[in-house]
Amino acid sequence: MLTAEEIQEIETEAGHYPKREAVCIDALRIVQRHRGWVSDDSVHDIAEHLGMSDTDVDSIATFYNLIFRKPVGRHVVMVCDSVSCWIMDYDRVKKHLHERLGIEYGQTTSDERFTMLPIVCLGCCDHAPAMMVDRDLHSDLDPQKIDSALEKYK
Amino acid sequence: MTGNFDKPLTERMHSDGSVVDLQAYEQAGGYQAIRKVLRTGMTPMEVTEEVKNSNLRGRGGAGFQTGLKWSFVPRGKDIPNPTYLIVNADEMEPGTFKDRLLMERDPHQLIEGAMVAGFAIEADIGYIFLRGEYTLAAERLARAIAEAYEHHYLGENVFGSGYSLELHLHISGGRYICGDETGLLNALEGKRANPRSKPPFPPSVGLFGKPTVVNNVETICCVPHIINRGAEWFKGLGRTRDGGTKLFGASGKVKRPGLWELPMGTTVREILEEYAGGMRDGVKFRGLLPGGASTDFLVEEHLDLPMDFSSLDKAGSRMGTGTMIVLDDQTCPVGMTWNLTHFFAQESCGFCTPCWSGLGWAERILKSMEEGHGQPGDLDKLAFQTKMWAPGHTYCALAPGAAEPVQSALKYFHDDFERHISEHRCPWR
Ligand SMILES: Cc1cc2nc3c(=O)[nH]c(=O)nc-3n(C[C@H](O)[C@H](O)[C@H](O)COP(=O)(O)O)c2cc1C
Ligand code: SF4
Ligand code: FES
Repeated sequence: MLTAEEIQEIETEAGHYPKREAVCIDALRIVQRHRGWVSDDSVHDIAEHLGMSDTDVDSIATFYNLIFRKPVGRHVVMVCDSVSCWIMDYDRVKKHLHERLGIEYGQTTSDERFTMLPIVCLGCCDHAPAMMVDRDLHSDLDPQKIDSALEKYK
Repeated sequence: MTGNFDKPLTERMHSDGSVVDLQAYEQAGGYQAIRKVLRTGMTPMEVTEEVKNSNLRGRGGAGFQTGLKWSFVPRGKDIPNPTYLIVNADEMEPGTFKDRLLMERDPHQLIEGAMVAGFAIEADIGYIFLRGEYTLAAERLARAIAEAYEHHYLGENVFGSGYSLELHLHISGGRYICGDETGLLNALEGKRANPRSKPPFPPSVGLFGKPTVVNNVETICCVPHIINRGAEWFKGLGRTRDGGTKLFGASGKVKRPGLWELPMGTTVREILEEYAGGMRDGVKFRGLLPGGASTDFLVEEHLDLPMDFSSLDKAGSRMGTGTMIVLDDQTCPVGMTWNLTHFFAQESCGFCTPCWSGLGWAERILKSMEEGHGQPGDLDKLAFQTKMWAPGHTYCALAPGAAEPVQSALKYFHDDFERHISEHRCPWR
């Protein structure tokens, strides 16, 4: 079931488009913001709310990489693996995060604190290497900066 | 070093990184261009002509003439309604970090640009299509749009002129292909972002089948200044035929990576050596991608070229987004080419066979070379693959763009590729 709050937010966005289905991606983002990820049940609920089929909604959900169709930890660490960060020793950043969190890309720590994912260029190439944790950008990374950045996320 | 020239796009920005709010924007002469258009009774065609005369070329990478694009939009009473203006704020081209600055620091400049561009194409509704990771830009744009609505700059009957524009911020769900203009249209319609077959082009059949113009953030930000100060002034800002200033950037192992607003046509060498401070101590220059991942490598012999669309086209590359990625001698060119090809293979939307199949194949060849398993004949296979990604074989420019760094790396770093194969290892590891 979508909550009243979710429905209200979806309807506000829906008002920006001439067709109801156009709000599908916004709806997925809204549900994810409230629940952390988009479950099969949420796909069904969104589909029902917008008068679409579950399959249609799922085909859209699985196309977009910022929509998570699997549960994630309380915080999502997205590490830029694009070219400028790669030149600036992305490998060291990745290795440090792997060791420090004990997980590979796509995995979640056992305390469900962090999920780690690769991401494309974050538009922060002049301060590479870079990563995002939730909504925050972290740049000019080295192992020390990574450790102190992660402290903030409980 | 700072140079004695106009910097219309960045001159209002605060050095502490805070946002230029509505009041500060207006104090610095903001929202005068839209007032001028509406109060002096300029017609949409006159605004379009002025932009055409300024020789403004699209800053999204392809360099298409902006005024010309606007002139393709059908006008008058009998056209399909509404007409849409879309600001492409997807900025996902690796190595590119220019639109983020414009949106985070001076969002009203973009909003005013959208108002003037919207007026010129007789748009009713505008969307800013923003990538999901740009969270600070999203907050600041949302705030600025709200400010503009509160002051009745957006919405019905702007400045009592009868002109109305709705402007919405759409936050993307991700994927590089959303930046392609017809992929973007599908994403805005709530679908998968596969590009569309062209023609028809968006100015005639675009969003929801209606006339639509898609322009890059930096392109739109130039527009108010062209109206305020005139096409001739704008043309005169550039050192070469392509008018205006341009946000140029540099990343990689240079002393001072960064972003600078400079006259169009500033040379590659000036940007690299004066603004970016040259290479870091201990590393040497080998080459650079002049404007993002999907542009051809330039090397030493090209350094005195002016950075503009025409000059780099002639040199067999492209200016692209104007933000250069610098390769040094401590970094493996094969590894870099693998990283770039990995990106394009991952971001392929899966629509055209040469792209989804060929990019994956090329990525595997490059990976195996890096890991010491390169085979004689691999370079021919790579060269053959890149020919399959040529324009005309695919629905969009992703695959043609992916070919550019690979083909030029094979040309300029041929010996390094050969060494990977003959030595069965990456010499940089
Ligand atoms: C795969 C792909 C990604 C693109 N990404 C962007 C982008 O992020 N931002 C952008 O402005 N243009 C991007 N473009 C170019 C757009 O298709 C379009 O040409 C541009 O937005 C037009 O604006 P302009 O004429 O003002 O440059 C991309 C093109 C392709 C093929
Ligand atoms: S070239 Fe690639 S990304 Fe572009 S439409 Fe074809 S498959 Fe999709
Ligand atoms: S390449 Fe990592 S932020 Fe651009």
